[in-house]
Amino acid sequence: MRLIINKIILFLSTLAAVLGLIFLFWILITLTIKGIKSVNLYIFTHDLVENGLRNLLIGQFVLSLIAIVIGVPIGMVAGIYLQEYSFNNKFALFIRNLSDVMMSAPSIVIGTFVYAILVNPIGHMNGWAGAVALAILMLPIVVRTTDDMLGLVPKELREAGVAIGAPKYRVIFDIIIKAAKVGIMTGLLLAFARIIGETAPLLFTSGNSQYFTLNLNHEFPSLTVAIYNLATMPDKHLVDIAWAGAFILTFFVLVINLLGRYIIKDKK
Amino acid sequence: MEKIFKSLSQLSATTILLILSAIFVVLYIQAKPAIKKYGIHFLVDPRWGVTVQKNNTPNVAKNSVANSDVGGIQVEDDDVLAAIGALSPSQEKKSNVVYGGLIPIVGTILSTIIAMIFAVPIAMGISIFLAEIAPPFLSKPVGIAIELLAAIPSIIYGMWGLFYFGPFIAKIFGGSSVNLLVAGLVLGVMIIPFMASLTRDSMKTTPNILKESAYAMGATKFEVIKDVIFPYAKKGIVGSMILALGRALGETMAVAFVIGGVFNFPHKLTDPTVSIPVVLANNFAESSGLSLAALFYLALILFVISFIVISFAKFYFLRDKK
Repeated sequence: MRLIINKIILFLSTLAAVLGLIFLFWILITLTIKGIKSVNLYIFTHDLVENGLRNLLIGQFVLSLIAIVIGVPIGMVAGIYLQEYSFNNKFALFIRNLSDVMMSAPSIVIGTFVYAILVNPIGHMNGWAGAVALAILMLPIVVRTTDDMLGLVPKELREAGVAIGAPKYRVIFDIIIKAAKVGIMTGLLLAFARIIGETAPLLFTSGNSQYFTLNLNHEFPSLTVAIYNLATMPDKHLVDIAWAGAFILTFFVLVINLLGRYIIKDKK
Repeated sequence: MEKIFKSLSQLSATTILLILSAIFVVLYIQAKPAIKKYGIHFLVDPRWGVTVQKNNTPNVAKNSVANSDVGGIQVEDDDVLAAIGALSPSQEKKSNVVYGGLIPIVGTILSTIIAMIFAVPIAMGISIFLAEIAPPFLSKPVGIAIELLAAIPSIIYGMWGLFYFGPFIAKIFGGSSVNLLVAGLVLGVMIIPFMASLTRDSMKTTPNILKESAYAMGATKFEVIKDVIFPYAKKGIVGSMILALGRALGETMAVAFVIGGVFNFPHKLTDPTVSIPVVLANNFAESSGLSLAALFYLALILFVISFIVISFAKFYFLRDKK
């Protein structure tokens, strides 16, 4: 009897696993089939107004890049504080947990927050607001990564640095960061992959634009927001473009993730 | 230099706290007109953008909200909502528009519950499969595949739900292809990889020696899972689930495509309705005045609920042992 129950349970959980995988591969396969059909050179060389994706791809990239420029320095320095300066006091533990909580905060709420401070006072949506929203979203991920990766650096390296009389910040920048470089870079890569697919915080911060622009003071084109708008259009051709965009986005995110994994594995 | 850098780093760490408190304060300030006007009653009022006419009110707002009943529970579509949003604050004052958050709150909670009911057994199955059943040559690639799927942007899940999964469910259960059930299930599919990989990680923390002793006593695999792994990894597993629940609560894009986006109290599973993130996504940009304050009120509610849920998971179940 025990053996039969054992068999049944194991069968059920295998079945659940298979069922889950079926769903997930169903998504990937439909995405690939629908997406690849509409991916061609034309959409990379024309803007949305001419049924292409060029301005959207560049716009999304620019927004994420600015978010990195804002979010990474603050996040990294905060991570350095947690690991190197705080001696794990209560404040550091609190910040560490708080940052993890912030990591799961609803992204749309961050969008509403940025709307209140950067869109409403200015009067219209602008690219900066979108980038700031993404930076806020990225901050806790960077903190966590830096914190974890610095934690892996052996204590002896720090002691060696201090022993030759280097001030602490030199030890951190010249020894510890160098030792943890690969890990931190990988973490940043994964953080980048996370924010580049975000839609909700951009909806009413950077908005969308049909034209090519690099002026962040106005509404700014982004791929994800455009996918959201296009997918519900009655025009079938526009829906196809949305699928192409979705495919490119997913492909890009997955490649970055695989790359990140490969680097970590290589290091080990 | 050393001192400068040290205080700089301390400042950066404090930004986390500052941003989170700023979010709370800013949302509260923005929501204040709505909080003042409706108070706590907002939470149980099913009317959104319904005009309640006073005796002496002129019919200013009548044209723009022609198809809404006076004070009744009313299905509001986006056009009506946009019309309300376009009203100037003075008009709103005269015509006394009522905003209540009950429908989106109920929609959020119900879709999350459906997602959890659907996702928990499957995610558990996957993690048991990965941690205990599958041979290494299978568990490794499948594990990586699951983790990669957790990285796919949520808008992709939404699109798939709209074009493939929704019609599929509609064929089985009837009704339209955008409704509460579809939204819950798409949400469930989205959190499965996230939940499964976290649960697997906590199951894997069980020391081998415990498992081996149980096997040596003649326990079957199921008994080992039930009596050794579950009790040992209980906190981690429950914590992962609550974390996934927190993610489902605040998810926008996977739901926005498939929930219908109408202010409609769902009487059965296949009714279209709306959730807090979707209300925000659809109406935020074109709102002003009182309707915007009401939206900020909703955002505040969502923020507080998910903050409580996630902190609970984090501080109680998944405490850092550092």
